[in-house]
Amino acid sequence: MKLNKDTENVFKKRKITYTIVFVGVLIVYFIASTVTKFHLWDGLVSIPKAIVWMGEKLVPDAAAMAKLPKILKKLFETALLSVAVTVIAAIIAFFFSLLGSKTTKVNGIVNRLVRIVAAFFRNVPDVVWAMLLMFSFGQNILTGFFALFFTTFGLLTRAFIETIDEVSSSCVEALDATGATFIQTVFQGIIPASITEIITWVLYMIETNIRSSTLIGMLTATGIGYLFDLYYKRLDFASAGLIVISMVVLVITIEGVSNRIRKVIQ
Amino acid sequence: MPILEFKDVSKTYNNVTKALQEVSFSIEEGEFVSIIGPSGAGKSTLLRCINRLVDASSGVIIFDGQDITDVKKKELRKVRTKTGMIFQHYNLVDRLSVIENVLHGTLGQKSTISGMTGHYTEEEKEKAFGIINELGLADQAYKRCDELSGGQKQRVGIARAIMQQPKLILCDEPIASLDPKASKTIMDHLSNINRNKKITCIVNLHQVDVAMKYSERIIGVAEGRIVFDGPPEQLSEEMIHQIYQSNSSDLITDVGYAQ
Amino acid sequence: MISQYEANIATTLGSLKDVINLSDSMSKGRDGKIRIKAKSKSNTAIYVLVMVLLGLTVLAFLTFDYKDIDFGKAIADTLHNIKTVFLQPKLTRDTTVGVLYQLFVTFCLGTLSTIFGAILAFFCSLLCAKNIANQTVANIFKSFVALIRAIPTVLWVLIFAVSAGLGSVAAVIGLTFHSFAYLTKVYAEAIEEVDEGTIEALRASGANFWQIVFQAVVPASRSYLVAWTFMRFEINFTNAVAMGAAAGAGGIGFNLFMAGSFYFDLNEMGLLTYVVVIAVVVLEFVSTKIKAKAK
Repeated sequence: MKLNKDTENVFKKRKITYTIVFVGVLIVYFIASTVTKFHLWDGLVSIPKAIVWMGEKLVPDAAAMAKLPKILKKLFETALLSVAVTVIAAIIAFFFSLLGSKTTKVNGIVNRLVRIVAAFFRNVPDVVWAMLLMFSFGQNILTGFFALFFTTFGLLTRAFIETIDEVSSSCVEALDATGATFIQTVFQGIIPASITEIITWVLYMIETNIRSSTLIGMLTATGIGYLFDLYYKRLDFASAGLIVISMVVLVITIEGVSNRIRKVIQ
Repeated sequence: MPILEFKDVSKTYNNVTKALQEVSFSIEEGEFVSIIGPSGAGKSTLLRCINRLVDASSGVIIFDGQDITDVKKKELRKVRTKTGMIFQHYNLVDRLSVIENVLHGTLGQKSTISGMTGHYTEEEKEKAFGIINELGLADQAYKRCDELSGGQKQRVGIARAIMQQPKLILCDEPIASLDPKASKTIMDHLSNINRNKKITCIVNLHQVDVAMKYSERIIGVAEGRIVFDGPPEQLSEEMIHQIYQSNSSDLITDVGYAQ
Repeated sequence: MISQYEANIATTLGSLKDVINLSDSMSKGRDGKIRIKAKSKSNTAIYVLVMVLLGLTVLAFLTFDYKDIDFGKAIADTLHNIKTVFLQPKLTRDTTVGVLYQLFVTFCLGTLSTIFGAILAFFCSLLCAKNIANQTVANIFKSFVALIRAIPTVLWVLIFAVSAGLGSVAAVIGLTFHSFAYLTKVYAEAIEEVDEGTIEALRASGANFWQIVFQAVVPASRSYLVAWTFMRFEINFTNAVAMGAAAGAGGIGFNLFMAGSFYFDLNEMGLLTYVVVIAVVVLEFVSTKIKAKAK
């Protein structure tokens, strides 16, 4: 009997929690939609409209197909940019994260400083970097490069610090005990112990950066983002659609390859 | 001359937790000493003070005729190359091969560059193979350490320590994560090393029976103090009780004081 | 001295004996040196991958179109601008209240898209999780969601801007699409972690699908679901700032865009950036607290 009562209480408590969450979300929804002047009905209506529009207009025609080489070239450039940004940021972030990790016990003050710097770079939006760099670098691929670089660097530094502290603290202790130097410990202990995690993060950031570089491209008039913006504003939706399709193919391919790699390197 | 001497060594964490309180003892070359005591008694801290993974708050530690209490960088590395360490959780680099992990024992004696790139001489490699062969791991040499069983991993840990050609081996709960059969193998290997290679061994254990069986001398630690130091024959039932029950008896006296 | 001598002899004899047995366990590389690396596919894969990534990076720098940029001047200018933005932030055009209100608008855009995304993703993830859904259905939905995820948020916003006009509706729906796809993936992974036994026990007791979901799946994976939702909320907030800047979706992002690309007012841009950064840090702090509470 007591057991039944206990279970009943659990169910009752659960019911109350669900109700509170539901009502809470509802209130937040009403406030947020009033402030942003968002109308659910308009939103719902726009979805089928947009889908029909996509089906009609975003379909590449012969004229768009003629632009395919140009689109692919820009897309390739964007993909290369993402890889280069991520690789360079990862290398610098790795050495930086050694200074920020508790495992390596470099120095308490340096430790905190590194974490603050990483948080700063992580949280300044990439659009700010993009606009800021536009003044000095202009419509240049380097604008996009540095804009993506700063955020990627901040993100990876935090990720690597967590990885190093989680994965390698035990082998760092063992290598310290053998009398190994700091650099030897890094290359013989920390890197082999955390390499799979590091690669997982790098692959994830490459994927993310391809998407982000579209947006950065629009702001800095470079790469695939600029091309999309150009076609979109010219109302050449067939070509814009071709960009969307090529991008989908690229991102899904990269995701598939990353998944395969992740499985092999475990 | 003793190989290791502790003179009034204390360790306080964050100015509050007293892990060691004025610990003094000395260990002769070639001894096999077990340190027993409940978890949290300060065994692990004591062991780590010896190779300075933990810095003592006060007192003097003399190892191999040298005061090592405050040695820095290069000197500290030299001290560490002379002491091998074996851990409860093996602390191997899981992705690397058995033989690479064993070769890590040479890092302290190598130049930074060749150690960093993992460049070892043929002699070192042959020596490493010799050691794992003695420990019965020859067939596992090229396996990654994450493919091994716990007992095998611990043998790799031992091999890494021997590779250093140490004067002293520190073992921090070497069998706490192993089944009885693997535990026996590990303890037998440690005992052999102590006898055949004349390497001094200090072993943290919480199994009293194992300590009694293998060691010539037992040090009992409770609440950061040495409460027993002598051969296993002298370790009475009552003494064991005192070492392990110290918590509850303390509690009673505390209450007594409060009243 | 004597014992040391004996020990030396013992080790020498020992190693001599070992050399004889050793030859079959040791293997030599092509250079005649003893191999020490593990024979594993994964090490090779990592090596190849690292080489390919480095190669692509070099290729990238060789093929970039730098347009004869004056590198020294560009760097100097950048440093000067960074100094203006981050060390001399000042409000010149907007009012404090106005800025805070726009920040709140961005916050609300992020909130709405997270709510919609989370609700849709919750139901969709039930169809994607392999331990409770039909395998074929799960695979179809997973591919569908991967497709939506592959398209960047900004493109979704621009696509919806055509049918709904530039503004909050396009922004919210556009942001929702990507969050929905992202959350479906991570929710499904969280649900797949739920212990098979718990589900089976309820199924055996005759519980229907929704009872299983709300009495077993949700309670068991609650902390993950909450953690991912708030993580996505942080991303949505940053994305809402970006959409304001790049797609005219309103909120503080639009102010940033106007200050940076229209008025070229670096001081104001700096102040707005600080407001955004502080907001993100506070959000991160609050969501860490909530995540800890949901455990």
